[in-house]
Amino acid sequence: MNSLLSIITFTPLAAALILAAFLRGEDETAQRNVKLLTLVATVTTFLISLFLYFGFDPANTDFQFVEERAWLLGLKYKMGVDGISVLFVLLTTILMPLTIAASWNVKHRLKEFMISFLVLETFMIGVFCSLDLVLFYLFFESGLIPMFLIIGIWGGRDRIYATFKFFLYTLLGSILMLVAMIGLWANSGTSDIESLLHGYTVSSAPISLLGLEIAGGVQTLMWLAFFASFAVKLPMWPVHTWLPDAHVQAPTGGSVILAAILLKMGGYGFLRFSLPMFPVASELLAPAVMWLSVTAIVYTSLVAMMQEDMKKLIAYSSVAHMGFVTMGIFAANRQGIEGAIFQMISHGFVSGALFLIVGVIYDRMHTRAIDSYGGLVVRMPAYALVFMVFTLANVGLPGTSGFVGEFLTLAGAFQVSTWIAFFAATGVILSACYALWLFRRVMLGDLVKAGLREIADMDRREKWIFAPLVAMTLLLGIYPSVVTDMIGPSAQHLVDRLADGPTSAALQVSNYAELK
Amino acid sequence: MILADLAVVIPELILVTYAMAALLWGVFVDQKQKPVGPALIWITSAVLLGLSIWICLTPSGARQAFNGTYSDDPFSRFAKVMLLLSSAVVLFLSQDFLKREGILKFEFPVLTAFATLGMMVMVSASDLMVLYMGLELQSLALYVLASFHRNDARSTEAGLKYFVLGALSSGLLLYGASLAYGYSGTTHFSGIAAATTSRPYSIGLLYGLVFMIVGLAFKVTAAPFHMWAPDVYEGSPSPVTALFATAPKIAAMALFARLLIEAFGQAVDDWRNIIAILSIISMFLGAVAAIGQKNIKRLMAYSSIAHMGFALMGIAAGSHQGFQAMLMYLAIYATMSIGAFAFILSMRRDGRPVSDIADLNMYSRQSPLSALALLLLMFSLAGIVPLVGFFAKFYVFLAAIDAGMIWLAVAGAVASVVGAYYYVRIVYFMYFGEEVDVLDESFPHIGRVTLVASAALMLLGVINLFGVAGVAESAAASLFR
Repeated sequence: MNSLLSIITFTPLAAALILAAFLRGEDETAQRNVKLLTLVATVTTFLISLFLYFGFDPANTDFQFVEERAWLLGLKYKMGVDGISVLFVLLTTILMPLTIAASWNVKHRLKEFMISFLVLETFMIGVFCSLDLVLFYLFFESGLIPMFLIIGIWGGRDRIYATFKFFLYTLLGSILMLVAMIGLWANSGTSDIESLLHGYTVSSAPISLLGLEIAGGVQTLMWLAFFASFAVKLPMWPVHTWLPDAHVQAPTGGSVILAAILLKMGGYGFLRFSLPMFPVASELLAPAVMWLSVTAIVYTSLVAMMQEDMKKLIAYSSVAHMGFVTMGIFAANRQGIEGAIFQMISHGFVSGALFLIVGVIYDRMHTRAIDSYGGLVVRMPAYALVFMVFTLANVGLPGTSGFVGEFLTLAGAFQVSTWIAFFAATGVILSACYALWLFRRVMLGDLVKAGLREIADMDRREKWIFAPLVAMTLLLGIYPSVVTDMIGPSAQHLVDRLADGPTSAALQVSNYAELK
Repeated sequence: MILADLAVVIPELILVTYAMAALLWGVFVDQKQKPVGPALIWITSAVLLGLSIWICLTPSGARQAFNGTYSDDPFSRFAKVMLLLSSAVVLFLSQDFLKREGILKFEFPVLTAFATLGMMVMVSASDLMVLYMGLELQSLALYVLASFHRNDARSTEAGLKYFVLGALSSGLLLYGASLAYGYSGTTHFSGIAAATTSRPYSIGLLYGLVFMIVGLAFKVTAAPFHMWAPDVYEGSPSPVTALFATAPKIAAMALFARLLIEAFGQAVDDWRNIIAILSIISMFLGAVAAIGQKNIKRLMAYSSIAHMGFALMGIAAGSHQGFQAMLMYLAIYATMSIGAFAFILSMRRDGRPVSDIADLNMYSRQSPLSALALLLLMFSLAGIVPLVGFFAKFYVFLAAIDAGMIWLAVAGAVASVVGAYYYVRIVYFMYFGEEVDVLDESFPHIGRVTLVASAALMLLGVINLFGVAGVAESAAASLFR
């Protein structure tokens, strides 16, 4: 199965082409066929990706399932996964069928909608599999086009503003990364990520630019360029402002994918590029990143508390949770990195589920304003249960997946700086405040709003969508080894390399000495 | 001896003979009774296509003719094929538009043929006299084409404006050429190159170089010498605008490249920064000024200014790789522009040609396939992956960084984000706009096929760019003998 990764990556694209070429008509049967075909395609992709899960050898820290072909001028079409990326592929393939099922009621330009999602899935999987700089950039950036259309065509009232902001913000970030990638390629002579990781070191001799001495030299500059891209994508405070707008305006399916997978590309990028390729710069700038993360955790949690719009609240809570991720990554120890990956996987399920939860009542009432709800528990007991599970997972209650990630990242951060861990821990409390308060305002109390008296509980389709999500959240919470066993060795390998590499404290000190 | 020289210029000879024969045919046949315009358009396109195939089949290697004043090398052949193909396709496309506007006269294909001939001479010129001859032949034909819609005030205005500013730029170029001649004692490129080997070479040559750069910057519409372009693009009949946006750009840029390398190759450090600054100003001006445009032809004018800025970045790199990147950029840019203009030519409402961007409102509903193709072209023009437009930018950035001009690449990157806004805005109108009167269903088949084909090329090119990279590499290599 040497081309397993290509098969997984391009199955959705093939389905999109079939959809575009063969299915026509606007009537009910045609629409149902479109939906069924999309669902079958995404489920098939998921089933194929199970081969990846079972065929993957966690103990091996090299890239696996590698395939390699020549592409344009010296570039390569090279795919492969290691412990860091394999779970993201699976996360994507699991969540796609659920997203499609959740979008079952879309009527407006259904075929285009499904095509956009299928194309997007190909790009997302490609990001996590590609082992060539330009191929990575290609997948990373291409996702903008379908997402731009998803928000712009099927979005809410202010969709135009939101989608343009999303598009231009992310484009600016990634194009700077592109320049750094070209620089990296020009300097090293290879665009192969594997050979860049093993055996190539970017110069970290201090340089002076416009009269400013730059410690870490070229590494720092390249690190900053990559950072511009990943920080916007993740997003980190203070470049997160596109996210609440995009989330609020996007259709439910779009929000789910955005929160659950697209954001993870930023964190994945830090792990794949910033940390291993620019170790000196990472070490130099890690304190700054960690303080930015803490700011994000505390500040956006406070902002989340004051939101009147459910989606906006969850969007801000995403930014806060991504703060834990960056904090864990740049703690650069095993707990931190494992915790960050775990947190990303867990957040994929939890935030995806939370946006679906909002979608359920939005489909019924067509409003996301928190104060137009209240007392739903009376009419919707099953819904209340699901909502509670994910609220608690979002808070990080032990026994849910949210706990493991937050605990590990905090443990990682604690080894680096007590104060950072201290302030970040307040974020856990704040998340309990906004999440539980949201639950109270929407679900509890008396059912006084007239419009809500007839609201129906979740139907069978909706229950089936949530079942796997609840199962995964609890499974990861109770038995986290499912994930940590997969990522452990690769995370350890990364940490070891950082410790052995040229990035010892001595080098840093000598750099400073040279500066003075 | 003379026969050997003539053998080098056979394609040009065929074209000039054909163009004069066509002119005579048009003059001697009574146009009222039996208009030959439609037939001539087909024949001219066929001749141009045939010539491009002929040139593709010419054996490789470089030849010179007329005492080394005229070169036939892979570089000129690459440029010639590009400009013959784009002229031919633009001619194909223009038939329907001209017929509807009632200006399908036989002069149109004849003038296009003469302009193309001028361009072929330009890209082969290795001598200042030949350079000027080709340039003027091209320009004079294009001045007339710009005002081809004689009864339309804006078209005549465009022609006049183009003529006055074009004459000014030719004057500057000629002045620069006379300085170069005066201080080097020869009009021949290799002679000028010999005069610049000694350091420091005469300041007069440097002045000549600067004046020639300014004159050529006018021709390629590099900012700050671009002012004529938006007005001329807007006023000219759309087929002529389509022609302006493609073939003359390729010819002028190739001429620019050859002059700088063959005549001033020793003085790279003197012109590199001038070109780099022209490039930055063009990229930013093109990107920023296009944002406010409401007319799609004006927008394409600014877009072409920005794109020429990116192509100049390849020249500024001054390396073999940079020229390869520049050639690839031109090829990709021409393909995208032709696709976009195939669409613009078809824009009509109530039978009248329109060119407001707002007319595109909800076009995706009316014609999903064309809208999708245009969407791909717009994202490609913006340089978004996975479309080929991205690789065009990628290669010029790569060349600039390789030449140590990281600041230029960063500026280009930022400019391309600004520029993305207005391309995406067109997509916005097509897909998210409000429901208003839609455009007429008036897409001629040729236009639709061209649009879809060019979008498909942009999409499928990601696989291997159809091998253009390799051809462009050998073409660029032939300049750096």
